[in-house]
Amino acid sequence: MTRFFASEFFFNYTRNWSAIIGSALMFAFAFAVLVGPFLVAQNPYDIASLDLMDSYKPPMWLEGGDPRFPFGTDGQGRDVWASILYGARISLFIGLAAMCASCFIGTFLGLVAGFYGGILDSIIMRIADIQLSFPSILIALFLMSAVGTGIDKVLIALTAVGWVVYARTVRGSTLSEKQKEYVQAAKVAGLPNHKIIRKHILPNVLTPLIVIATIQVGTFVLIEASLSFLGVGVPITQPSLGLLIKNGFDVLFSGLWWTSVFPGLAIMMLVFGINLFGDFLRDELNPRLK
Amino acid sequence: MFGYLVKRLLQMTLVLWIVSVIVFLMMSFTGDPVFMVVPVDATDAEIAQARRLLGLDQPMPVQYWRFLVSLVQGDFGYSYVFRQPAMTLIMERLPATVEMVLVAMVFALVISIPLGVYAGANPESKISRFIMAGSLLGISLPGFWVGMVLIYLFAVQWGIFPSSGRGDTAEFFGLRISLLTGDGWHHIVLPAITLSLATTAILLRMTRAGMMEVGRQDFMKFAKAKGVSRRDVLYRHGLKNAIIPVVTIFGLQLGDLIAFATITETIFSWPGMGKLLIDSIYRADRPVIVVYLMLVALIFVVINFIVDLVYTLIDPRISLK
Repeated sequence: MTRFFASEFFFNYTRNWSAIIGSALMFAFAFAVLVGPFLVAQNPYDIASLDLMDSYKPPMWLEGGDPRFPFGTDGQGRDVWASILYGARISLFIGLAAMCASCFIGTFLGLVAGFYGGILDSIIMRIADIQLSFPSILIALFLMSAVGTGIDKVLIALTAVGWVVYARTVRGSTLSEKQKEYVQAAKVAGLPNHKIIRKHILPNVLTPLIVIATIQVGTFVLIEASLSFLGVGVPITQPSLGLLIKNGFDVLFSGLWWTSVFPGLAIMMLVFGINLFGDFLRDELNPRLK
Repeated sequence: MFGYLVKRLLQMTLVLWIVSVIVFLMMSFTGDPVFMVVPVDATDAEIAQARRLLGLDQPMPVQYWRFLVSLVQGDFGYSYVFRQPAMTLIMERLPATVEMVLVAMVFALVISIPLGVYAGANPESKISRFIMAGSLLGISLPGFWVGMVLIYLFAVQWGIFPSSGRGDTAEFFGLRISLLTGDGWHHIVLPAITLSLATTAILLRMTRAGMMEVGRQDFMKFAKAKGVSRRDVLYRHGLKNAIIPVVTIFGLQLGDLIAFATITETIFSWPGMGKLLIDSIYRADRPVIVVYLMLVALIFVVINFIVDLVYTLIDPRISLK
């Protein structure tokens, strides 16, 4: 631990305001997601805790606001603040889980393609090329329209979209690592291929993935929000932040802005924090800039 | 050059063919379209009859072959909902989408290039930092949410711009275009700003990165030393060299704009093909979805091809293989 605090990485971090703000936003968000639901009185999923008398209350600093509901309530008397805390859980879970799945599959395919080459390499990389020439949101939208709504299906769609960047990056680094002497030495020593890949190449191709993975969580949160907004993402029973915005959009023209504006601000804070921190990581971990 | 063109055309055909296979497979997984065409109280015999008429009783390879043949012939079948050729439906709405995408692209270029050049030329200044923070915010915002906030402020609260629709259109060579009328412009401002936001941010960052890279080069110092005005150094010497990666991203962004237009069109009830796609997804209107996807795939493939060609025009060092 002391080694970490004495490192150049940590030193640069303390000098970089955008990195500090970014990580503060991320930590605040993680904290709100983990602890938040225990701090609010109301469970927005529990119909018994809702009271229709409380519906469409404005935020508490406006006239007619109620201090019990700091950011107002929606049409069922659901506390917007509580909905955000519960919704953020779903959004963040989807972002993180889809990132892990994409990273795992993409890294595996990239290692295989880069190490073995040949027809396997061609097939994997052609698929990646074709997929990259189409916007991810459109591919995800199309997949969702085919398989229907649900958190598991969103995860599948996002993973199908997300593996490509890892595969390409890992393949590139594997190709160059493969030429190096330590890999040749391992080969001469008679290690089986899978062991060379796992023990020798994998640790050396992971660094660039950290930046990609960080930024991707933000991208996934945004894509999931867009899908849910279009009605092909998460189901109504498990509203993510995107679905909250959609529900709020339906009453926007009556002037009830708070049910959609605050969930949007929450997404913005999270993704902005991730991007700020991701930018810092990219500058730090890129040896060419040093 | 000729060999290159032939190779690229073959590649493009291959990509479109693969897309057609994927579209066909995905469409076969999504429920039974027979129930979209028969009445609710149809008898088993009627359903079987409809199935035969649609060719759904055939084995999959035969179905795919028929699908492919009709694609090549430009026959995409009739929309289950509108009972019109799906192709006609999409084509009617194509100009509206193209119009919005182009206006959004112009907005993005006009804002991002000068700001990007400035931020790249003065990386340490306060204004540059402000611009860069703003651009990061632009990437972090959900586009549909920005559209909503704009609707709330400019349409619901202040009533400056209309909240939905395309406004009056004028006929131009048989196309209905709203950019020819004042009312059309009035309607397009909010959707185009919403759509352009992310693209503006990305192009700005690319331009800045390119300018910073170029700024270190000797020819920039030389141009300055021989007395070229600062503006000319930046735009004629610097930007010209910094713009190459921006062109690639520009092509990709055009594709992204078409994709995100589906969301923007849904928010602003813009009668384009993106909104038609979303509506068709809700109604499981398969032929329309197929036309949309194939058309968009064609557009993307062509854009990528043009980007590669433009490359060689901007940078003579790159040659076509």
